[in-house]
Amino acid sequence: MQFFIEVTIGGLLSGVMYSLVALGFVLIYKASGVFNFAQGAMVYFAALCVVGCVDKGAPLWLAVILAFIIMVLFGIATEKFVLRKLVNQPPITLFMATIGLAFFIEGAAPILWGDTVRPVDLGIVDDPIAAIMDSTGMLISTFDLAAAGIAALLVAVLALFFQKTKIGRALRAVADDHQAALSIGIPLQHIWAIVWSVAGFVALVAGLLWGARNGVQFALTFTALKALPVLILGGFTSVPGAIVGGLIIGASEKLAEIYIPPVLAGWFGGNFGGIEGWFPYVMALLFLLVRPEGLFGERHIDRV
Amino acid sequence: MSTRAIGDVILDLQNISLRFGGVKALTDISFDVREHEIRAIIGPNGAGKSSMLNVINGVYRPQEGNIVFRGEKRHNMEPHKAAEAGFARTFQNIALFKGMSVLDNLMTGRNLKMRSNFLLQALWWGPARREELEHRRKVEEVIDFLEIEHIRKTPVGRLPYGLQKRVELGRALAAEPSILLLDEPMAGMNVEEKQDMCRFILDVNDQFGTTIILIEHDMGVVMDISDRVVVLDYGRKIGDGAPDEVKNNPDVIAAYLGTQH
Amino acid sequence: MFYREAGQFKSSYAADQQIFPIRQDRIGIAAILIAAFVAVPLFGNEYWFVAILIPFLIFALAALGLNILTGYAGQLSLGAAAFMAVGAYAAYNFQLRVDGIPILVSFICAGLTAAAVGIVFGLPSLRIKGFYLAVATLAAQFFIVWCLTKFPWLSNNSSSGVISAQRIIIFGHEFESAREKYLLVLCIVVLMAMMAKNMARSSIGRAWMAVRDMDVAAEVVGIRLMHTKLLAFAVSSFYCGVAGALYAFCYLGSVEPDGFSLDLSFKILFMIIVGGVGTILGSFLGAAFILLLPIFLNVTLPWIAELLHLPINGATVSHIETMVFGALIMFFLIIEPHGLARLWQIGKEKLRLWPFPH
Repeated sequence: MQFFIEVTIGGLLSGVMYSLVALGFVLIYKASGVFNFAQGAMVYFAALCVVGCVDKGAPLWLAVILAFIIMVLFGIATEKFVLRKLVNQPPITLFMATIGLAFFIEGAAPILWGDTVRPVDLGIVDDPIAAIMDSTGMLISTFDLAAAGIAALLVAVLALFFQKTKIGRALRAVADDHQAALSIGIPLQHIWAIVWSVAGFVALVAGLLWGARNGVQFALTFTALKALPVLILGGFTSVPGAIVGGLIIGASEKLAEIYIPPVLAGWFGGNFGGIEGWFPYVMALLFLLVRPEGLFGERHIDRV
Repeated sequence: MSTRAIGDVILDLQNISLRFGGVKALTDISFDVREHEIRAIIGPNGAGKSSMLNVINGVYRPQEGNIVFRGEKRHNMEPHKAAEAGFARTFQNIALFKGMSVLDNLMTGRNLKMRSNFLLQALWWGPARREELEHRRKVEEVIDFLEIEHIRKTPVGRLPYGLQKRVELGRALAAEPSILLLDEPMAGMNVEEKQDMCRFILDVNDQFGTTIILIEHDMGVVMDISDRVVVLDYGRKIGDGAPDEVKNNPDVIAAYLGTQH
Repeated sequence: MFYREAGQFKSSYAADQQIFPIRQDRIGIAAILIAAFVAVPLFGNEYWFVAILIPFLIFALAALGLNILTGYAGQLSLGAAAFMAVGAYAAYNFQLRVDGIPILVSFICAGLTAAAVGIVFGLPSLRIKGFYLAVATLAAQFFIVWCLTKFPWLSNNSSSGVISAQRIIIFGHEFESAREKYLLVLCIVVLMAMMAKNMARSSIGRAWMAVRDMDVAAEVVGIRLMHTKLLAFAVSSFYCGVAGALYAFCYLGSVEPDGFSLDLSFKILFMIIVGGVGTILGSFLGAAFILLLPIFLNVTLPWIAELLHLPINGATVSHIETMVFGALIMFFLIIEPHGLARLWQIGKEKLRLWPFPH
């Protein structure tokens, strides 16, 4: 039982990381209806910018600020050179364009910053917390808890930003109806650039945390693939959905990885590890068959 | 005026109620449609007219009520079953297949009647090929009837609004329906286009004996061409009868002009 | 003035519904087919067959399969490579486990197996659309590759799932040389392309496009959504499956599950975007373009680097390749969303007037 709880908690904490990536997707999807496949590549790019600046001799805080500025510039450039030219195209076209964008970043980033695996040191130790280990015997890392705390803080800040600021209000208006927002004088292009910058910031946070854990490497782009089932589960437009979905996917994926392969091996013999790769997708799919709009999505009525 | 004889009740809607969440779109509506007649549904915006059509051919499922079609009673229709039963329709906001040519759009209207399977079609084998030609001939009759020969191969996305409306009518007619549902066939048209459309509707009714259920806002048109009129307001039926009766119904006048206090 | 249909009047619907109604097109296609079947085998060399022509035809077939699903029926799929994998492994197993089965029959069975798997993964399309579906097809991508790696029976207990394709023997003749394999692939691809074209212009093709353009209206016209979508998944997977079998048997010889990665799926998707979504011709143009681009870059980049005295290595070339792929996709979507096939069409329209444009 204790092992079960430990696995669950470990899964929930890694789910926080998935939530962070999913959050970037949701922000962009809400504000512009673009399903941004490049979010994973942006995580990679942001993290590379940080380690690249550190390599050049900048202290970490400066590197993070520089990386943030680069992500903002990147958001503006994406809006100006790609999105603006694809206004009024069907959403599927925009989606395919973001696949192109992902490839572009994945090719360009290592040319700019090099492709060796490098660590980021955030100054948070990745050790089990002694107090918890002593009292319950469970291994829970300081780093995981800190990551969860940072994620929670980020969500809170974003919620405040969306609810309380003028830009936030404009963002919500745009998310609701592009045309109506345009007609009352909200500059759509600025809003999109801002949203992409915010998503870039979220990618930066995710990239730092993932990078600190596993090193900054190409594999960071795969975080997008982890975040997609989270989105199906939570609904494309829901911030709470991204959070809860991430937690569910994180926990269930780790549990599946522990408990299912031995069962399969018992039936067929052999080694059945690596279920993590597809389990979240299949789970999200089965869930969709029951509730097509996701956990927190709105049911859509076709009007004809 | 047409010379066709109006027949028996072919479609009977009994106590239909439809809700979306808490919003009541239709409340306890009953009316019937006779064979060969032109039946109009009118009412102010948001009265539930389109919802009514959507219930009739199964796009929406009503929570309560029954639909009796040719003596067969069911709770709701399903779109493709309705199509098989002989329903065809047009939509308020044109629902053509934008990436396809006029000809292909009309040919989809005949898909139901095509029997050869996809393997024969893939090989363009005898029966599939003959069938394709036979249906092409039928579709060409519709094209002649609607006078759209010149745009046969144009992608519908490139056509002006009025012609798109006509092509959509063509797609419905290509199915040789026994009941035709028209959702505002004349909305947004100029006088000449309206006249053309009226002529087509009357001709269809006259030549093929097609029963027509029509939603329209232009009162002149409705009063001229329809045999009987249903009036809806806020999802309820407030009037039903011949155009003249409905015109003098105090409830209807109130709904359209406001009540006198 | 050389390419125009003036004077070619059609006096029957049958003549109007020919696969190539314009005479010049018929001549052009005939010339290409003669070149492909006669001239190329006579004069082509080993490198051309192995490195360019065979993979081109096989990827064109896979792109055709994806185009049926995504371009015609409008169901975006990110798992094309997985269905190729199913085809490759199915053909291998049919050859291995069924005594005396002719190779062409195993190719067909491989296609059918892929079609069956395609239907299973197409089932969610009945409830979900668009992006949700695209993500759902990723489930197929990961799950299928995982299965092929983990169930040793599927690869006859070989380590990490690698299979070596059996010899190709048809009517006692062994297809061994690259030239012979090329001809075999060419026959299959031409036949299947014709069939795809025929489906596209028949009622099933119209049903697919109707579902793509407006599914509610399609249903009201009497098109059964479930049947139409699942058939699109089945036919598309069949094409990908056969392409996968050819990929293993006529191109690589031995394949492993990881070779059918998400990257390969994306590559096939890029082919139809660049070539033209919803066109048969586009699948071929796109496959040629995506296949030739890396070869072109590998040749020119070191040369340019040398000219500018820049250091360049293999990794950089592959990064640049990825970057150029991405940039091209965005470029095509922005400039010409209908791809090379549309450019070709525009070119033909210009050619109707050329050289007297007024």
